[in-house]
Amino acid sequence: MKRKKKINNILVHLFLSVLAIIWVSPLFWIILTSFRAQKGAYTSSFFPKKYTFDNYIKLFTDTGILNFPRMFGNTLFIAICSCIISTFFVLSVAYCMSRLRFRLRKPMMNIAMILGLFPGFMAMIAVYYILKAVGLSEGSMIRVALILVYSGSSGIQFYIAKGFFDTIPKTIDEAAMLDGATKWQVFTKITIPLSKPIIVYTVLTTFIAPWVDFIFARVICRANADYYTVAIGLWQMLEKEYVDSWYTCFAAGAVCISIPIAVLFIFMQKCYNESMSGAVKG
Amino acid sequence: MELVNAFKKGDWLTRSSAIVMGLGNILRKQFIKGILFLFTEAAFLFFMAAYGWQCLLALPGLGEKEQGEVWNETLGVYEYVQGDNSLLILLYGIAVLFICAAFICVWAGAVKSAYQAQVCIEKNKPVTTFAEDIKSLFDKNLHKLLLTLPVGGILIFTILPLIFMIAMAFTNYSKVNSHLVLFDWVGLENFRQMFDVSGTFGKTFWSVLGWTIVWAVFATGLNYILGMLLALLINRKGTKIKGFWRLIFILSIAIPQFVSLLVMRSMLSQDGIINVMLKNAGWIQKSLPFFSNVAWARITVIVVNLWIGIPYTMMQVTGILQNIPLELYEAAEVDGAGPVIRFFKITLPYMLFVTTPYLITTFTANINNFNIVYLLTKGDPVLSGNTAGKTDLLVTWLYKMTVDYQYYNLGAVIGIMTFVFLAIGSLLVYRRTKSYKDEEGFQ
Repeated sequence: MKRKKKINNILVHLFLSVLAIIWVSPLFWIILTSFRAQKGAYTSSFFPKKYTFDNYIKLFTDTGILNFPRMFGNTLFIAICSCIISTFFVLSVAYCMSRLRFRLRKPMMNIAMILGLFPGFMAMIAVYYILKAVGLSEGSMIRVALILVYSGSSGIQFYIAKGFFDTIPKTIDEAAMLDGATKWQVFTKITIPLSKPIIVYTVLTTFIAPWVDFIFARVICRANADYYTVAIGLWQMLEKEYVDSWYTCFAAGAVCISIPIAVLFIFMQKCYNESMSGAVKG
Repeated sequence: MELVNAFKKGDWLTRSSAIVMGLGNILRKQFIKGILFLFTEAAFLFFMAAYGWQCLLALPGLGEKEQGEVWNETLGVYEYVQGDNSLLILLYGIAVLFICAAFICVWAGAVKSAYQAQVCIEKNKPVTTFAEDIKSLFDKNLHKLLLTLPVGGILIFTILPLIFMIAMAFTNYSKVNSHLVLFDWVGLENFRQMFDVSGTFGKTFWSVLGWTIVWAVFATGLNYILGMLLALLINRKGTKIKGFWRLIFILSIAIPQFVSLLVMRSMLSQDGIINVMLKNAGWIQKSLPFFSNVAWARITVIVVNLWIGIPYTMMQVTGILQNIPLELYEAAEVDGAGPVIRFFKITLPYMLFVTTPYLITTFTANINNFNIVYLLTKGDPVLSGNTAGKTDLLVTWLYKMTVDYQYYNLGAVIGIMTFVFLAIGSLLVYRRTKSYKDEEGFQ
């Protein structure tokens, strides 16, 4: 019996190892490619024949056609602004839906669910024309437009935060209100301090969104290369006219972006799990 | 209700507030509030007279005047005359309707507030001051304060564009007969075209819909079951370094999809590293047609989706799996049930029961999974003369129809159909599940 268990354990570990190797091999390959000396998309072997740092150097210094440092700056700026606005929106809506009682609460929650069933970017072109109509589609206003696109309707994603607020015992609120606290004070002085994991989770999800989206960014930036975000820039490197000279730089850029995003993502998951286990333990 | 009351029991001052907003408030000493109402009404009337009215009037016809050249006698040149742009007429028309709706809300608020002031005076209570009104925004009316901006954002960036697109489905806004600047309402014509099995679009629609359903069922089902098995494997007692395994498998979803999927695309392409390596090893003579053969391409999409789908399920279910009562397993073991039976008789039903909402969300997300198809296959292989490729989902087809082919009206129809299909689907699934019929099944 004991022997059988041991064999089982070895088999499971073996299986997991093989699976893990398959799992990370594409990621490993892109890292290898980013250090490859030979240009172009085509390669004849898994491991490069010569290694070099040139791809990273070119990515950050060759700013003539595809200006990666500028794209990085754009994305960072947009991400920070939209993250602040979205976090505020999401927390406000979630708190209202969870704690306050008003006539339109249920209808609003149902509408939010129905809206979630439409293909997200179905309205994309309409959004572009709306932004154009108010003069946000040209020049440096494109940045403002992107911030609005990412944060404007973020209030609709309140469900996870609402679920978290629901776990905070109502008795705490009631005790505070007996002591004369207003609802605003309950929100800012009690609910918010108790909600660290869900706030960090919201901040991270909204911060990551502009880095990984390229559909909206493409429609709104169009040919204005000065305001490209990282995602469109990298996408551009794989287009036919650039792919031969920029393929390895794409790999380098992908590595540069993926590492911080991956770290943030894993941290975000930790916060998510923490918040799922409830606010006040005991 | 309060509005009806205001008209029934209100005095002449309250009732006249329905015409001159804020009158009741001003005459009952709520000056700031009353002036704000009055100002809103004036602004609205001015806006409607100056712009809004024309926008609404143009809405039924969507504009007639074509852009043209007119001979200018004095300068001796041809001048361009700005024609009507149906798209802008439609957009502005809908926006004006929104503004009118918003105004009606403010108007109702004004009448109610006038009535409240009247009631206060009748009961010999002091009317609320402006400072008190502001204060109540932080307490009794906190939801108004907190929701105004987010809901405004949703109205402008989600609902307004959505209605605009839905309206488009009833027009002939497409490159057919060059209706890209001026277009008209055509009623249900586009829907007829989409459902007509003998037409080109009808044929494409039904085949794309079929593949979308097959895809969503496979993608959701396989990811769910395999992800659960992986989680069970990592969670079992004998497995060492659990955190390490979880981290490894999460890596594939931690990096942005446009990186992971584009990398996959280049690895699987005709001269990609996988084909090259298989050739070098002498296992194949010709490249495997990952994206050029219909069956291969479809299977490739589903398999690659496992790579970025299984970790999500794994993360979601890890916590829940640990909640399954151990007695259930022990009892089953005593009765002689093997691991396979235990999985299908205990784990799966329990998980289905608890995670149905999660399954519905994943199913919806898969139907609308734009990234996997657009980044991986771009819908290839495309048979000649078709607007949709063999791996195109309804969403990617929608994207192609609007951005590449400029059939905006048909694109909107596809979007609406996706929504209808999803709404019916998730409703049916939800109603059939145990968590809906029998809420206490496992408690």
